[in-house]
Amino acid sequence: MHIKEEQVERHVLAVLVDNEAGILARIAGMFTARGYNIESLTVADISADHAISRITIATNGPPHVIEQIIAQLDRLVPVHSVRDLTEAGPHVQRELALVKVAGKGENRIEAMRLADVYRARVVDATTESFVFEITGAPDKIQTFVGLMREVGLVEVGRTGVVAIGRGPDSA
Amino acid sequence: MAEKSGAEILVQTLLDLGVDTVFGYPGGAVLPIYDALYDHPKIKHILVRHEQAATHAAEGYARSTGKPGVVLVTSGPGATNAVTGITDALMDSIPMVVITGQVATNLIGSDAFQEADTVGITRHCTKHNYLVKQPSELAGVLTEAFHIATQGRPGPVVVDIPKNVQVAAAEFSSHNGLKNSRYQPQVDGDFKAINEAAEMIMQAEAPILYTGGGIINSGPKASETLGQLAELLGAPVTSTLMGLGAFPASSDQWLGMLGMHGTYEANMAMNRADLVVCLGARFDDRITGRLDAFSPNSKKIHVDIDRSSVNKTVRVDLPVIGDVGRVMEQLLAVLKGRKFNAPDYEEWWSRIKGWRATDCLAFPESKTEIMPQLAIRKLWEATHERDPIITTEVGQHQMWAAQHFDFEKPNKWLTSGGLGTMGYGLPAAIGAQLGDPDALVIDIAGEASIQMNIQELATASQYRLPVKIFIVNNEYMGMVRQWQELTYESRYSNSYSDSLPDFIKLAESYGWTGILIDDPADLEAGIAKMIETDGPVLVDCRVAKLANCFPMIPSGAAHTDMLLAPEDVKGTMDDNAKALV
Repeated sequence: MHIKEEQVERHVLAVLVDNEAGILARIAGMFTARGYNIESLTVADISADHAISRITIATNGPPHVIEQIIAQLDRLVPVHSVRDLTEAGPHVQRELALVKVAGKGENRIEAMRLADVYRARVVDATTESFVFEITGAPDKIQTFVGLMREVGLVEVGRTGVVAIGRGPDSA
Repeated sequence: MAEKSGAEILVQTLLDLGVDTVFGYPGGAVLPIYDALYDHPKIKHILVRHEQAATHAAEGYARSTGKPGVVLVTSGPGATNAVTGITDALMDSIPMVVITGQVATNLIGSDAFQEADTVGITRHCTKHNYLVKQPSELAGVLTEAFHIATQGRPGPVVVDIPKNVQVAAAEFSSHNGLKNSRYQPQVDGDFKAINEAAEMIMQAEAPILYTGGGIINSGPKASETLGQLAELLGAPVTSTLMGLGAFPASSDQWLGMLGMHGTYEANMAMNRADLVVCLGARFDDRITGRLDAFSPNSKKIHVDIDRSSVNKTVRVDLPVIGDVGRVMEQLLAVLKGRKFNAPDYEEWWSRIKGWRATDCLAFPESKTEIMPQLAIRKLWEATHERDPIITTEVGQHQMWAAQHFDFEKPNKWLTSGGLGTMGYGLPAAIGAQLGDPDALVIDIAGEASIQMNIQELATASQYRLPVKIFIVNNEYMGMVRQWQELTYESRYSNSYSDSLPDFIKLAESYGWTGILIDDPADLEAGIAKMIETDGPVLVDCRVAKLANCFPMIPSGAAHTDMLLAPEDVKGTMDDNAKALV
């Protein structure tokens, strides 16, 4: 007997939740308990009174699983709304990364040149290192980090994806 | 406003919420609450002998009365012992509020004595849970906890209260109430969807109503509405294990339970129907059998209050989100408004008649041994006029009870369906008896299951509860043994109930009456004696040891591949079937 794998697709979900203790564990735990995947998860409070947080979850799974993920999220008591941005249409995805590169000579100049092409900003510099700040869609960051590996990457930190729908309507 | 201690606020809020019965067990982290209870005789505290039993007793109370069950246990082992019953309530959608003590807030996380991360442990086996850090939050949290436990799809809610929060004081005034709760499940069905459902019903030639525990949860009125809907449609009705009693078994339209141990006619009708109307059920794997062969030619309407139940395992054509009782009322109104006159479905009923002719619940007779099915049948004959409340443990006896005990009314059948928890029946019977002191309450048990919460014999004795236990004793964990016979060439690994106690002496030592039945000739007299005897009675009914529960859809098989009798058994299964539960 062999265990079958299904075709998966990537979806980005925007989830508005009560900003209360344990909410992140509740959501992350629901994903593990039901065997769903989390590619990235970001959370921060977004309301003036700090009562509501927005969680952006990038997940993947077959369409019927994505549908279940949304329904399961939606029935958690502290969850106010769940929006599938991938399904809803055009939206903007952004991620920020801090990328540290160390080295001298030609590598250092090349790192600087590439950073310029990718519109990464220098936020720290020594004579033998740079820290770049780069924002963009996840694949742009992925590519940039890949290039930096060849010119002396020593450390990278990424925020994970945040996303928002295009146009005047709110999630 | 006067200041009160957290414990006082808790007790006062319970009173305000109409709580009159609490199932619990004291311990260090709930001493302030127990001290507050000492002054409030209006709340009847039932002292169980194990925290798991407190949760099952609360489930039995809730399932039979329709009111939420309330549990009070201490921190650490008190809370972890309650986890099985909490999970059981989640799976079977039972309204329950569990109050757990916790170590003082300043000790949380320090591995203090009897500390456990109760909120973490119960996060995924509750509908919602809370850690209360201030006494001023208690009244609001408890009120919301009861709201969440009872509204929408019911379920268990845990409120974890650190000891210092029970002792500290806060301002409190009664009747704070719940204002604009954030939890507002949809009750009414979408009008367009109801109309579409009516349209599908009007076009059906072979419809079937597939009902579940949601109808029981919706309240007795939903069962009445189901009766009216079934009458208007003239269609056959079948039900899940959890839904038994919502539709009277004496009706001509009743096909019996469906699924793994359901009737041949119910499963065949589901398979051949052109319209399945699912009312408050969730297409559980015990019901569907092999998914790709489940009711392949039907359109499906699914009425459920929980959106996540829709399309979870079976794709449906029309979901209707809402309370099943309310949706059925709406549907009735629309059908009547359209002057719907059901056809007589003549061809459909004649096919059903053919399936019924297999007489799938027939069982072999024996002069020397008591057949377990016969024992249940006789129990039904002797008691059904008293509308007994039947609880069960889990296993063969449970399925025989579901097959051979006919229910006419809702809230009379209490069983652990989703989680399948052995040890459920006795504490559930205790809870049901407290909810209805005059009812005849019988736990139909197996000799293995009953030992999982046997200590509760003492609880029934202490509160003078005339609970009856009817043990169908075949000296095996019968369902495990049956699967080993069907799947593993009768290699009976660890399924024999060795070293059984003398149940009669055991019962007597707790102040119960014990009755042994081991001769078919004594069966009826033994049952009669059980009913006539005042107070709690345990019956040890020795039945045929190797009887199997048929009909049965083996794992991974379709509804049309039922095993009807021992001759159908091959004794082996392929790995794909073995991998399914």
